[in-house]
Amino acid sequence: MALVLAPEPPLPNWLAALDAQVARAPTFFDGRPVLMDLGALPSSTPDVAAFLRTLEQRGIRIIGTEGAHPSWQGVEAWGRPFPASSKPGRPIEVPDETPKVPSPAPGSDVNSLVIDEPIRSGQSVVFEKGDVTVLGSIGSGAEVLAGGSIHVYGTIRGRAIAGLAGNSKARIFCRKMQAELVAIDGVYQTADDMPADLIGKAVQAWLEDDRMKMTALDSTDTGDANGQSFGRNIRQGRRR
Amino acid sequence: MAKVLVVTSGKGGVGKTTSTAALGAALAQNGANVVVVDFDVGLRNLDLVMGAERRVVYDLINVVQGDAKLAQALIRDKRIDTLSLLPASQTRDKDALTPEGVARVIDQLREKFDWVICDSPAGIEKGAMLAMHHADTAVVVTNPEVSSVRDSDRIIGMLDSKTAKAEKGERIEKHLLLTRYDPGRAARGEMLNVEDVLEILSIPLLGIIPESEEVLRASNVGSPVTLASPTGAAARAYFDAARRLAGENIEVVVPMERKGFMSRLFGRRVA
Repeated sequence: MALVLAPEPPLPNWLAALDAQVARAPTFFDGRPVLMDLGALPSSTPDVAAFLRTLEQRGIRIIGTEGAHPSWQGVEAWGRPFPASSKPGRPIEVPDETPKVPSPAPGSDVNSLVIDEPIRSGQSVVFEKGDVTVLGSIGSGAEVLAGGSIHVYGTIRGRAIAGLAGNSKARIFCRKMQAELVAIDGVYQTADDMPADLIGKAVQAWLEDDRMKMTALDSTDTGDANGQSFGRNIRQGRRR
Repeated sequence: MAKVLVVTSGKGGVGKTTSTAALGAALAQNGANVVVVDFDVGLRNLDLVMGAERRVVYDLINVVQGDAKLAQALIRDKRIDTLSLLPASQTRDKDALTPEGVARVIDQLREKFDWVICDSPAGIEKGAMLAMHHADTAVVVTNPEVSSVRDSDRIIGMLDSKTAKAEKGERIEKHLLLTRYDPGRAARGEMLNVEDVLEILSIPLLGIIPESEEVLRASNVGSPVTLASPTGAAARAYFDAARRLAGENIEVVVPMERKGFMSRLFGRRVA
């Protein structure tokens, strides 16, 4: 059995409380393996690795970490991070600042995420479980990554990346296409390579035989559902 | 109830300091007790724009670190006695600001003044974060061009996530101040127009300040434009913005290019 330590911000206070504990029972941690649950720390916590080192200086033997934020440097030194604990309220992994995302009720099998405010430049919303619906716009320099499809009722000016976990059936819909980049299941297209006549239009994008297709949503041309890009030699790339 | 306002933008050179001085002076000219606080530690400018650079003894850092009392560092404006300045230090850098110290100074200022206006440094680093942290209201200064708009978008995201209000789950009030707006260039499509900027940033518009030589001249003589040329278009736009900040409901008028009209009016007056 390993002990689990779950530090809470502010860290100096937490450390002081720990020290008080150790002062009362000096041999408490002797030789015991300790697992660090870092899930309660905000992603902005500076230098988590240094914090872990100060714990080791107190004789605490850390065998692993859990719930470490991917942006933290040096935490890997304490072994392969265990997957984040599946506590309610932390359904999405969100680097940097994000709009307050309503968290799905615990226990419910939620596979969609609705964001009812604009996603600002520099924000990144990651939702691997399913579809993301954005009522506002995705700003230039912002990004949405979804396991399923992405629906945007405003303008996509930043990046929309759908079908994260190998879902080639995912699609991207928006009321106004001005994206810097769109991608589905690793097939991406930058603004330069998009059909110019679709820029600024209501558009959907999907994959067909590993090629990205785009068509105007309000297109009255019902004869051919193959999309505007059909037959065109659109430059696109693939990344994983 | 004192209001703490941060003037911020992300991008540099868009008019944060000029707008801080003009809005602060306009609010004070209307009778409110105002302090403008320079958070640009190491690159202080607000003292110059306010014309107080030769009266700086103590500064924000001295107060934050407890080396001086707040009353010793505050500089009262010579023209409007309800307007004060808390200057930044030019010889230190932003690391000298501590969150606890800043919180203490802001609390003290809240007791003394109706408005505490914080002039944020450019960027998204520590100085800018501390300047916005205690704000109740933010004025996001933006020029009608794409890089400024994108930086403002980023700052708005940070206002919604990194401020004390956001951390408590409250919303910070945000206003857009569009500065250096050139009606002629906007009409010719050389600049983003007002609707484009509002659509992208989707926060309420506080005012549109036309590009004007008066603003430049005012800065150079060390006077907020609302004092230096109070009847000019830029000053009038700042006065309106200040009244909107104070809660008045005044319609925003988009500046138009009306050379013909102006010269006609002028010609008639001369005659």
